[in-house]
Amino acid sequence: MTQFESEKALLQGLATRDKAAVEQVYREHYHMIQSMVIHNNGTGDDAADIFQETMIVLYEKSMTDGFELNCQLKTYIYSIARRLWLKRLSTAMRYAPTADSAEEVIAVEEDLEFHERRQTEFSIMEQALSKMGEPCKSLLEAYYLQKKPMQQIASEFGYTNSDNAKTQKYKCLVRLKKLFFQQYKNL
Amino acid sequence: MIDAVERFVKGEMSPEELAYFMDLRKNNPEVDQAVVEQIFFLNELNKFANTRDFRHQLHETEAQLVKEGLINRTPLKNSSKVVFLWTRYKRTIAVAASIAGLVSLGIGTIISNISTKPQQNIKPLVDKLQQQETKTRQIENKINQLAAANSEAAQPKVTARFRATGFMIDVQNNYLLTNAHVVREAKNQLVIENNKGEQYTATSVYVNFENDLAVLKITDERFKKMSPAPYSIKKNPAELGEQVFMLGFPKQEIVYGEGYVSAKNGYKMDTIYCQLNTSANEGSSGSPVINKNGELIGIISSMEANAEGVVFAIKSRNIFAAIDAIKELEGHDDIKVTSLPALRGVDRVQQIKRVQDYVFMVKGN
Repeated sequence: MTQFESEKALLQGLATRDKAAVEQVYREHYHMIQSMVIHNNGTGDDAADIFQETMIVLYEKSMTDGFELNCQLKTYIYSIARRLWLKRLSTAMRYAPTADSAEEVIAVEEDLEFHERRQTEFSIMEQALSKMGEPCKSLLEAYYLQKKPMQQIASEFGYTNSDNAKTQKYKCLVRLKKLFFQQYKNL
Repeated sequence: MIDAVERFVKGEMSPEELAYFMDLRKNNPEVDQAVVEQIFFLNELNKFANTRDFRHQLHETEAQLVKEGLINRTPLKNSSKVVFLWTRYKRTIAVAASIAGLVSLGIGTIISNISTKPQQNIKPLVDKLQQQETKTRQIENKINQLAAANSEAAQPKVTARFRATGFMIDVQNNYLLTNAHVVREAKNQLVIENNKGEQYTATSVYVNFENDLAVLKITDERFKKMSPAPYSIKKNPAELGEQVFMLGFPKQEIVYGEGYVSAKNGYKMDTIYCQLNTSANEGSSGSPVINKNGELIGIISSMEANAEGVVFAIKSRNIFAAIDAIKELEGHDDIKVTSLPALRGVDRVQQIKRVQDYVFMVKGN
């Protein structure tokens, strides 16, 4: 397999949230990012956070239709992490690094805008869910997030049949939707 | 409707139902809009679930790699090498220093950590007075001595090697609270000095490095009894976000500082401490941390070396344990914390005026 093909396979693995793929990316690229962050006024903790966020960008990217990486994975990861770190440095008012590195960098602004948008959507949904009371929260969680079958949910929550659980779930979903769009439309 | 959309998305509709559904959408713009919205929302929910799963996956992988030692979440910044060497040669340096009989004062890091725990990233806040400053003070002292020779009682002016802060907890019997790591700095003499520059001799009666608390008794007969302190000692832990102020001696005069409680525990989740967001400097060690109601919530002890404004204070409830321990000591069973609540509902300037007389410099050599 060429490097291009193996990286493509790796990204497909990420798209399905495959554990082995995630681990491989960590093993191959973590140290590069760690030294970049630490040499630019950051700590080990910062490096771990930045790498996680970079992984999420990569994941989101791998999920989009027809996604293909037109550079080496290493370059892409480095470029994303570098931008993320520079951004964090400037918001934290810490001084930005003076010397640029010798590493190859590509333009990733568009990808990061997309990522930011997704992050906002994520936190809106998170907030909407957190505002839900019980049993709604657990019910929606079980059905839409953990994707448990309705029958199982009904028995776990103590409904006499799955239709009753379903009715309750609908009511909950309508409320969640309302909460979500309230915020979403303000975007 | 939602049900129909869900089945539509999952492809669970029978052909007839599907035909009917599509027809309905085509002929009713409102229905179509609702369907589009619903699909969008389900899609969002799905993305949310996936991203959350993925994050979970990341955390797990990271945790595993941390265990394997591939990832180190807390290496120090560029200074790590120095610290490493320091840890390594600490003993050698300590031996060398004790042979010389004198600890070098110029280097700040020479103060190793207060607690017995391994190398930490925090530093205690005792001000080692620099050689230069010491000289200036010697000259100052001579002038003072000349002046004092004319006044009635010549004061025992001590040439101090370090400076920190302490405050009264028992005005009846003249007990003063400070940090254990401050008292440790005093090899020979220990004095307290008020804002007017008057010095009084004191001896330490209790030193506990576990919680970094020390209690001094002012033994000087010239020390005049004070009226009860205006602050009370809080038994319960401080609330997150609570606004606090402190008074201390990072320089040769009293300095006021403000901040808030930023975490309920200290460095590496140490429960003896709480974390404040404020500024502190060498010399702030032992400063009282007081909330707006005049309750003492902590004592400044150390700060994180690698981060701005992260200061750790010993929680006030540790004081009670210290007092109980002192009561067991012979000749000190008289210790009693008394206070008059005189700070509640008073503006900050007045609060400072009332507190400042009870805060002292702790000096020694």
